[in-house]
Amino acid sequence: MAKIRFATAWLAGCSGCHMSFLDLDEFLIDLAQQIEVVFSPVGCDLKDYPENVDVCLVEGAIANEENLELAYLIRRRTKTIISFGDCAVTANIPAMRNMLGDESEVLKRAYLELGDATPQLPDEPGIVPPLLEQVLPLHQVIPVDIYLPGCPPPADRIRAAIEPLLRGETPKLEGRELLKFG
Amino acid sequence: MAKTVVIDPVTRIEGHAKISIFLDDAGKVDDARFHVVEYRGFEKFCEGRPFTEMAGITARICGICPVSHLLAAAKTGDKILGVKIPVAAEKLRRLMNLAQITQSHALSFFHLSSPDFLLGWDSDPAKRNVFGLIEENPDLARAGIRLRQFGQTIIELLGARKIHAAWTVPGGVRSPLSEESRQWILDRLPESFETLHLALNLFKGMLDEALKSEVDIFGEFPSLFMSLVAADGAWEHYGGHLRFVDSQGNIVADHLSEDDYLSFLGEGVEKWSYLKFPYYRPLGYPEGIYRVGPLARLNTCSHVGTPQADAELREMRQRFTNTVTSSFLYHYARLIEILACLEKIQDLMADPDILSDRCRAKGAVNELEAVGVSEAPRGTLFHHYRVDEDGLIQKVNLIIATGQNNLAMNKTVTQIAQHYIQGPEIPEGFLNRVEAGIRCFDPCLSCSTHAAGQMP
Ligand code: SF4
Repeated sequence: MAKIRFATAWLAGCSGCHMSFLDLDEFLIDLAQQIEVVFSPVGCDLKDYPENVDVCLVEGAIANEENLELAYLIRRRTKTIISFGDCAVTANIPAMRNMLGDESEVLKRAYLELGDATPQLPDEPGIVPPLLEQVLPLHQVIPVDIYLPGCPPPADRIRAAIEPLLRGETPKLEGRELLKFG
Repeated sequence: MAKTVVIDPVTRIEGHAKISIFLDDAGKVDDARFHVVEYRGFEKFCEGRPFTEMAGITARICGICPVSHLLAAAKTGDKILGVKIPVAAEKLRRLMNLAQITQSHALSFFHLSSPDFLLGWDSDPAKRNVFGLIEENPDLARAGIRLRQFGQTIIELLGARKIHAAWTVPGGVRSPLSEESRQWILDRLPESFETLHLALNLFKGMLDEALKSEVDIFGEFPSLFMSLVAADGAWEHYGGHLRFVDSQGNIVADHLSEDDYLSFLGEGVEKWSYLKFPYYRPLGYPEGIYRVGPLARLNTCSHVGTPQADAELREMRQRFTNTVTSSFLYHYARLIEILACLEKIQDLMADPDILSDRCRAKGAVNELEAVGVSEAPRGTLFHHYRVDEDGLIQKVNLIIATGQNNLAMNKTVTQIAQHYIQGPEIPEGFLNRVEAGIRCFDPCLSCSTHAAGQMP
């Protein structure tokens, strides 16, 4: 059977979901036989998200313009998108800033009030992506196919989601062990 | 014509970053910049939360080193309660930090950086990663995966989960270590030592031959170094005091307390990065460049205090100089630190206190402001809270390990780019070397953009 074209991406998160993926430990060695990693911040040096991706695990919420662009690109080029972890599913911790109104509060505090040498806002065009006013969960900007909650989802939950996909089947995520926040 | 080359995204690091390389009319490298392009704003949105929640919230800053935040938050909480934590609690916290340093360094070495050395800087970028390593050298890959698993599993044995274990609390820790868990750790230690020696010997062999020139090119420059050291000057990761040394090994400042960090650390801001630029205040910005993390810890300490790691430290100092200034040797320092961690874990397993269930002191809010510090895998981490009488957070400041290497990371990418790039046609392998300059520091960028700077 042809290897499935597999990707992972991170948006606004803590990389804990990716670390939990790496907690698959020796199962990664089996996985290497069955997948071709075509894009991944931790597992691949290719810089452009390619066409015809079969499965992509997307960690993190949508917090800035680059997150948004990458999410759109991933949707256009991917068959099955997994909303990977609580930040992607609910916007979780990054969305705690939403209650402060728009993004200016958090920026002002860190860079203007508190940068003691050269206080200024990081805003170089084309380099530093502007923050969005509100942080959003992934499914609010693109349709997703599978939700994998957890902060992070433990490795065996990730495995339960991936294994059926390797066989071309849709995973059935049901019950407390597989559908649990936090 | 002048031109800018942008590497986007930098891969095999933790977090979102780009690198710009500025070429002049002749195609020579004028300058290079490392940009961090993410920001979440923890310090602001934590305001109003109970200080006891800070461990759980700040752990979510970073999924690679959540334990560092758990510890710094708990140590700040201890001071707010004004309690002395039980002896066993400190030993258990130390155990979790040693496990975390082990897993995080193993990740950096095996999963993220070793594909550069073992598969080659110029090898196929589609394969130059941990999955390529699995194909090429499955035994080494498996050993590295299992070494990381050893560290992650100790964290789980203590805190019931591998990532974001809500286990440390102000006053101590939630639960003790079971005898069964102690046995598991003891059983798995010999294999972990074996893997570490395998990696260390492999890497030292490459330093003699294949990786000789990288030592001179990848961020070789003078700077200050800062870390915690123990009262007797030994390597430290949890307690002790702060020390700065210069690149000749002179002690520049010693016996500094985390409580006074604002008097010796400042932060600059640049328009082109969400990551601020901490500096050593007495020297000003940006002259006050200093480095933190594994290399800094081995430079500031007089010795480690465990036999095998001390022998390795002596060898490193003999091979290079007493104070090691090449950023490439962060990789070497990381391996020596894993060895130190394994030895210290072994010692703790023989310590009668380690199974004690007296591991939590209770108290109420007694102090309204406190600073806690720990050595994260990537360097010194500060948490600073101000609370009201009910323990609700008024102000938070976090100084994160990786940020403190920001000036050094920029210097490193510029040095590498200037060495390799000699015209507008740039082979992919050269760009990979520039990125690898960043990998030396093993930065943790989700962590690093939350430093709020000075407490007003
Ligand atoms: S869901 Fe949790 S573990 Fe995953 S990125 Fe978000 S904070 Fe980190």
